[in-house]
Amino acid sequence: MGSQGGIGQSKEFLDLVKSIGEARSKAEEDRIVLGEIETLKRRLVEPGIPKRKMKEYIIRLVYIEMLGHDASFGYIHAVKMTHDDSLFLKRTGYLAVTLFLNEDHDLIILIVNTIQKDLKSDNFLIVCAALNAVCKLINEETIPAVLPQVVELLGHQKEAVRKKAIMALHRFHQKSPSSVSHLVSNFRKRLCDNDPGVMGATLCPLLDLINRDVSSFKDLVVSFVSILKQVAEHRLPKTYDYHQLPAPFIQIRLLKILALLGSGDKQASEQMYMVVGDIFRKCDSSSNIGNAVLYQCVCCVSSIHPNPKLLESAADVIARFLKSDSHNLKYLGIDALGRLIKLSPEIAEQHQLAVIDCLEDPDDTLKRKTFELLHKMTKSSNVEVIVDRMIDYMISINDNHYKTDIVSRCVELAEQFAPSNQWFIQTMNRVFEHAGDLVNIKVAHNLMHLIAEGFGEDDDTEYTHLRSSAVDSYLRIIGAPKLPSVFLQVICWVLGEYGTADGKYSASYITGKLCDVAEAYSNDETVKAYAVTALMKIYACEMAAGRTVDILPECQTLIEELSASHSTDLQQRAYELQAVIALDAQTVENILPSDASSKEIEIDKNLPFLNDHVERAIEKGAQPYIPESERSGFSSASYLNRQDLYEVPPSHGLRFEAYELPKQPSVPLTTPPVSIGSSNELIPVPEPTYNRGTQAAVSLPSSSNAGPAEVKLRLDGVQKRWGRPTYSSSSASTSAAASQDTVNGVTPPDGATTVTPAISKGRETTYEPTRKTQQAVEISPEKQKLAASLFGGSSKQERKSSLGGGHKTAAKPTGGHAVEAPAKKMAAPVQQPPPPDLLDLGEMTVATTGPLIDPFKQLEGLLDSVELASSTKNHVDVSAAKGPDAMAFYGDSATTVEQGGHHFSSIDDVDNLMSGLSSATTDASSGGGIPTSQLTTQNSKGPNLKDALQKDALVRQMGVNPSSQNPNLFKDLLG
Amino acid sequence: MIKAVMVMNTQGKPRLTKFYEFLDFWCVVLCSRAENVSNFMEADSIFGPDSRLVYKHYATLYFVFVFDSSENELAMLDLIQVFVETLDKCFRNVCELDIVFNYSKLHTILDEIIFGGQVLETSSAEVMKARISLKLYRISYQNSFWLEE
Repeated sequence: MGSQGGIGQSKEFLDLVKSIGEARSKAEEDRIVLGEIETLKRRLVEPGIPKRKMKEYIIRLVYIEMLGHDASFGYIHAVKMTHDDSLFLKRTGYLAVTLFLNEDHDLIILIVNTIQKDLKSDNFLIVCAALNAVCKLINEETIPAVLPQVVELLGHQKEAVRKKAIMALHRFHQKSPSSVSHLVSNFRKRLCDNDPGVMGATLCPLLDLINRDVSSFKDLVVSFVSILKQVAEHRLPKTYDYHQLPAPFIQIRLLKILALLGSGDKQASEQMYMVVGDIFRKCDSSSNIGNAVLYQCVCCVSSIHPNPKLLESAADVIARFLKSDSHNLKYLGIDALGRLIKLSPEIAEQHQLAVIDCLEDPDDTLKRKTFELLHKMTKSSNVEVIVDRMIDYMISINDNHYKTDIVSRCVELAEQFAPSNQWFIQTMNRVFEHAGDLVNIKVAHNLMHLIAEGFGEDDDTEYTHLRSSAVDSYLRIIGAPKLPSVFLQVICWVLGEYGTADGKYSASYITGKLCDVAEAYSNDETVKAYAVTALMKIYACEMAAGRTVDILPECQTLIEELSASHSTDLQQRAYELQAVIALDAQTVENILPSDASSKEIEIDKNLPFLNDHVERAIEKGAQPYIPESERSGFSSASYLNRQDLYEVPPSHGLRFEAYELPKQPSVPLTTPPVSIGSSNELIPVPEPTYNRGTQAAVSLPSSSNAGPAEVKLRLDGVQKRWGRPTYSSSSASTSAAASQDTVNGVTPPDGATTVTPAISKGRETTYEPTRKTQQAVEISPEKQKLAASLFGGSSKQERKSSLGGGHKTAAKPTGGHAVEAPAKKMAAPVQQPPPPDLLDLGEMTVATTGPLIDPFKQLEGLLDSVELASSTKNHVDVSAAKGPDAMAFYGDSATTVEQGGHHFSSIDDVDNLMSGLSSATTDASSGGGIPTSQLTTQNSKGPNLKDALQKDALVRQMGVNPSSQNPNLFKDLLG
Repeated sequence: MIKAVMVMNTQGKPRLTKFYEFLDFWCVVLCSRAENVSNFMEADSIFGPDSRLVYKHYATLYFVFVFDSSENELAMLDLIQVFVETLDKCFRNVCELDIVFNYSKLHTILDEIIFGGQVLETSSAEVMKARISLKLYRISYQNSFWLEE
């Protein structure tokens, strides 16, 4: 058993490893491994296997498992091996079980006892092995079984044991904080351990604890500072030096802790300034690890109470990182810049060109990090450039996961900072065109909302202009092949609402286009439904205007085809369309008023106009109406009871514990409130004593859910089901920004219009001077332009300070304002630049307090009402039910848009609901889509394979006589 | 915290895998990355949210560490270095074959460096001390150990 490779193993094992190494394909490898599994299965059941042989089998099992195959048949043997007395077998056993089992595995229970025994062992190596296993295998339930022993080990004489015991406790803390909450003092005590390794290990749990609760550890600031000082001054044993740097990992961890403790605490921060400053000065920036420490210093400085001197050093470090050739350092530089930019925005300008270089770098990681930085520094003056870049990048990548991420960022930025509606619509069009399937459906609804409503306070001409430009752009795009479904829905809706509004396009032109869409995407029912509804709106509009409607032959064919469609929804739409065309102009005007998509419809849910009719019917002896929930609630409750009775076999005897209350079946709940008492009267109950309890249980939720309260429900549920969590935050931040905005004294209506000229001016003025300063370096004008537009107004500050007089005059008019504004914005991290009123902010505030609708309740209500087949009721419920998809984002205002001016457009919303559902499933499948993206990356690896094989062959050659030097191996390590 | 450590060769064959947190994925391909790019990758799509990955390429082997945002990327890169330096001390000019045939030893070393997903020990001398004590124990124990068979 020497340390040289392969001596301890049998020939069999060597052959296995060798044959797997030589396998040309995954299939061949699988075949070999499967063969091995069979062999091992056979061998393991043989009686009287010598222990050494057994050890090797276990190792082979680990190997199989590592190659991705199931070795669960052998787990029990690994467990058995942990019981062995021999240290080596025990260690192997522990190693195998920690690799095989997760903490919830059934076999764990068989190991706990062994672990308990081993923790008490005299041999510290056994204790260490057991602690290793504790760390991996003990779960919340088994913590109490080993906790006392582990705590005892904190005082063990061997530092290796103390160290691991600390880490084991840390692990317990991670799994169940309450289990070790009384042991915090132990961590504090261990901080003063003589052994630096133990002290360093103690920092791990402390970092976690401080992260959770900063205030109770403020007293340790002094200790941490003095430890860090001692470490930095080389007071630790030489063995802790790493590349001439004293214990860098301990330094890094201490800096992390200090960053937490000093955050927002001036007094604590002041105690740190000295030592952090020292590290900045002393740290060797030529080595990798030195830079890691410096980076951590920057992170610390950006987190604690700002100190100008330290900020300066931090800026220097960042400058060096960004100028470095190493991509790793650039990456860290960008990251650090993102942290520091909150405190001193002007530092970004110094590095604008470096940032742009990173943006154009072929390195994907770096690029993404840079986009993150840009995302942080977006303001209304540079949003156009940034979003433009992001979209370009988004188009260029294939990774759907990241694409989704970047799309949501684009949308967020565009919604937050859009300088004009026009720009917003164009941007959204681009986003939809290239990544429509990845966009949340709410974004589409938001876009429709915007087109329908504009900013709310703009004048009418601008409205019309906005709409007709939207229509223009959509008519241009519509012919493009393979547009995403969501985008087509938006297009159809807009064309239906506003296609003919400005009189530029004839009805027949628009309808022709719509028919083309419906035909080209004949597999997509949602799009078809949108198209048909759009057709109907256009015809209605024509009729209301007194023109005769001549239906194009292809439209006619489409309608006929759809009225025979398998989808009842499409059929209904087609029939409705035919019915509407047959009506006279006045009626059409009433049911489908033009441009009323954003008008609110008042709904009286009690349907008072039916009261007379109902009373008359009751007088005539009709049964009073029993709400659906009561009826089905009872039937299913009694059904459940019956089932319970059947399930219990008669031989079972007495049962002492109570039966579980039957679960509330998924019954439609949208019904008027009915008291429990009345329900008891109404329904004859066969076994009153037994059933009462269950009845109450069944009818209680329905009565509490019913009634007006039911309509206003949790928005959180809506978001979880229907939207990405980012939306809640973005809407929250916009509303926060809104209030900020008024505080700043900028009146919202002006905001949008004044911003645009400011940008263009800013760009012109900054362009020149930037070139001046950079002329010597000879940088391409495009880059400079980009820099100027990215770093916009604030770059003038830099120029002012560097150039003094000179161009001051040019900068003056816009400069003062532009510089000040971003600075103000950067100063407070929460603060957002004035929002361009994309959302109707007046209503935004209402939205948060307004009625919140639970989508499922409504979905149920919807089905419910369909059953009722009362068209009026249908309308009411449907339009109220459209909430879920749009609701989460703009709450109340959504109701206004989508509620649709027309009776039938509300059916759109049913469809929205459906598409909301389907988008939920596509979300799920995009989650499942990850493997595909992996696949593609795997494919892209293809060309390298041969090369890799050769390399592998080479290494194998090297491996045959390990004494021979391999010049390639670790040359950077040892050099 | 560190979520996983992997060592694999350029063909994508795993040589060592250790997970400190359950991750349901498998193969990452790093070979497609160019030589001069950074050693960091965001790995959300493979390892779930808030995952980063640092890799280092030594001859035919990739050393990959997966961790979350609480760790310092550059420090992780150096942790790989610590690991490899220790391996080198242990095996004297470590090569892929050493790793293939001794990965239980690799696990032992890794257990000294990373414990429960946290960096435990970063001095390779200390790590070697732990190994040497094991070896000493083994020598003193050897006779009886062989007798057991």
